[in-house]
Amino acid sequence: MRHIISILIENEAGALSRVAGLFSARGYNIESLTVAPTEDESLSRMTILTHGSDEVLEQITKQLNKLVDVVKVVDLSEAAHVERELMLIKVRATGKDREEMKRMADIFRGRIIDVTESTYVIELTGASSKLDSFIAALDAGLILETVRTGVCGIGRGDRILKV
Amino acid sequence: MISGAEIVIRCLQEEKVDCVFGYPGGSVLHIYDALFKQDEVKHILVRHEQAAVHAADAYSRSSQRVGVALVTSGPGVTNTVTGIATAYMDSIPMVVLCGQVPTQYIGQDAFQECDTVGITRPCVKHNFLVKDVKDLAITIKKAFHIAATGRPGPVVVDIPKDITAQMCEFDYPKTIQMRSYNPVVKGHLGQIKKAVQILQEAKRPIIYAGGGVILSDAAEKLTQLARKLNFPVTNTLMGLGGYPATDRQFVGMLGMHGTFEANNAMHYADVILAIGARFDDRVIGNPEHFSQEKRRVIHIDIDPSSISKRVKVDVPIVGNVADVLDELLKLLDAGCKTDPEVADWWAQIEEWRGRESLRYRQSEHIMPQFVVEKLYEVTGGDAFITSDVGQHQMFAAQYYKFDKPRRWINSGGLGTMGVGLPYGMGVLMANPGAQVACVTGEGSIQMCIQEMSTCKQYGLPIKIINLNNGMLGMVRQWQEMFYSKRYSQSYVTSLPDFVKLAEAYGHVGMRIERPEDVEPALRKAFTEHKDDLVFMDFIIDPAANVFPMVAAGKGLTEMILAEEL
Ligand SMILES: Cc1cc2nc3c(=O)[nH]c(=O)nc-3n(C[C@H](O)[C@H](O)[C@H](O)COP(=O)(O)OP(=O)(O)OC[C@H]3O[C@@H](n4cnc5c(N)ncnc54)[C@H](O)[C@@H]3O)c2cc1C
Ligand SMILES: Cc1ncc(C[n+]2csc(CCOP(=O)(O)OP(=O)(O)O)c2C)c(N)n1
Ligand SMILES: [Mg+2]
Repeated sequence: MRHIISILIENEAGALSRVAGLFSARGYNIESLTVAPTEDESLSRMTILTHGSDEVLEQITKQLNKLVDVVKVVDLSEAAHVERELMLIKVRATGKDREEMKRMADIFRGRIIDVTESTYVIELTGASSKLDSFIAALDAGLILETVRTGVCGIGRGDRILKV
Repeated sequence: MISGAEIVIRCLQEEKVDCVFGYPGGSVLHIYDALFKQDEVKHILVRHEQAAVHAADAYSRSSQRVGVALVTSGPGVTNTVTGIATAYMDSIPMVVLCGQVPTQYIGQDAFQECDTVGITRPCVKHNFLVKDVKDLAITIKKAFHIAATGRPGPVVVDIPKDITAQMCEFDYPKTIQMRSYNPVVKGHLGQIKKAVQILQEAKRPIIYAGGGVILSDAAEKLTQLARKLNFPVTNTLMGLGGYPATDRQFVGMLGMHGTFEANNAMHYADVILAIGARFDDRVIGNPEHFSQEKRRVIHIDIDPSSISKRVKVDVPIVGNVADVLDELLKLLDAGCKTDPEVADWWAQIEEWRGRESLRYRQSEHIMPQFVVEKLYEVTGGDAFITSDVGQHQMFAAQYYKFDKPRRWINSGGLGTMGVGLPYGMGVLMANPGAQVACVTGEGSIQMCIQEMSTCKQYGLPIKIINLNNGMLGMVRQWQEMFYSKRYSQSYVTSLPDFVKLAEAYGHVGMRIERPEDVEPALRKAFTEHKDDLVFMDFIIDPAANVFPMVAAGKGLTEMILAEEL
């Protein structure tokens, strides 16, 4: 099962390596990990995308909670939430591909944010599956570079993760 | 204003630390200078930093206080890693203060620099790098708080040398609040009530108690509970002494080298009350085999991650053992019925007990089990027994009947050879004047044997019970049983003359080769040489093996018994 774990952690040097170290030491998998300070600068929020059985997930949340610097942990995917990922993708845009690329970006509600004679950089936000479909829809030979932030997510409505 | 180094010492004084185990070096020279100028905190100079950490660890294990080690940067720190990991695996509270290169040199491959926080991260409860002298006192306060509360564990504080020279006001906080760290103490009352209900319905109950009972100082409460319920009690290796071993309700240690009755009772129980025990792989054997029986499990543990980790738990109770047992006892007092059907269960247990699974063969040589039995008699069952790792450790666990907690000091989780002698030092520093015996093997003792020198310097009269089989016996046993007797590298040749070695260090040495000499030699060591370290080299039957044994991958009831061979 796919799970999105959100963590509030003290914004201290080494906090990231405690979390990453825990995952590697215990053999849990990390598909993506994003981290940045929150509106309260003393706290960082981390989002981890992982896969595992219910038992493994139970251990992951328990082990994360055990880290002394971790303030709160939730498994977002347990209830209603929204998730987004940002991708920047550089594509070859010459000749007839130039128009085609623009059209594809429009269809997926992407934005072209850098233009040269032969390339575009397209910015695309959405669920990870949408970014996957966009990549799949393009001619692989035209993709020069991709960079993705990894998933971040937030609970819907009154579900709030805060100290 | 005082210096950072003085702050370190003042913090130790505030924490009522009466002794630290350590070894000096460049980055801690300021701290050693501050140590020199006072006499509240005594310092024990070990001969290897590993021993400093083991000794601090045993100081904790044998008392209710937090042991402290102090080492220099680089190699001083790397030498501590085995000791820290050993304490971590057994949840032992400890604070390790490490020197570090000056702040401005960090990251430059400076002389004796190592990434202490990085190297120790996976084997500490928490660690800190102090970056500002203003944070020094509060960081040390946090270190002691974190080490000793919740599920205990070692905490490392890395202190750059420049910080120990800087001046600052000293203000030691009385209490500490951390928003990210609030261990649970009290158990959930609803869950405890559920537990009481299940306990009363049990037909084949067992109380399975581990290291958490010792760590929580709850041995007496456990005894009250067991007596009230008339349930059998088994202990893990780490739980020994948490319930009196001489009591009728005690069925012995369970697990890989547990008794026939303990393992069968655990396996066939319909209700398991697990108290501060973590269903280790050396305890339940093959998990699939273990899960074949239908049963209900109640688990009291302060660490939620210990619960349902290896065995599915029906009633989890997260909390401190002592507090939860208080609640349990209260509820039971308010309306406890004794279940007649437990009598049948006892009859079954007595039948299993009748197998006398700890009986061992006689020999013209000294049998190691016999030595431990005599040690028990001679010390009146009241000594602190430290141990190393191997067959001798299991013999000590099986044949010394621990009636009190914190008397059995060994490395269970990491299984670290070499702990025995430094453990003895830590025990004696925490319990001056106590009888301390270190049951060891000729392999293990040589891993920290240099500490005989420390023992001489500080007059630590440990009795070293060397069960010398000339073999890495535990390895040999596995090779004999599972590798068709191909004894690959388990035979120790060129052993030193331990008697002369002990004498060279200024101690008393004895070699004991005949069974009839065992008891007199022990008596002599514990009376005439009460105040001496005595190295007792018992030349034992090299073929002696540890039984019962649950082989790797086998179920808990699939024990190999001594009589079957
Ligand atoms: C050669 C060798 C052979 C071994 N053979 C055996 C064997 O036959 N049988 C055996 O039992 N072991 C054996 N061991 C030891 C084994 O590896 C484990 O170390 C041991 O079984 C763990 O004991 P425990 O479950 O009591 O847990 P511990 O490691 O003592 O853990 C304590 C548990 O209690 C919890 N706890 C701590 N403090 C509190 C508190 N205040 N309140 C509530 N809970 C708390 C902790 O969270 C943890 O879950 C052997 C080791 C070696 C080296
Ligand atoms: C540091 C370390 N290295 C290796 C081992 C593996 N090991 C476990 S028991 C053992 C043999 C111990 O020999 P000895 O101390 O003579 O004890 P005996 O089993 O003979 O009683 C070994 C090598 C270990 N536990 N610790
Ligand atoms: Mg040996």
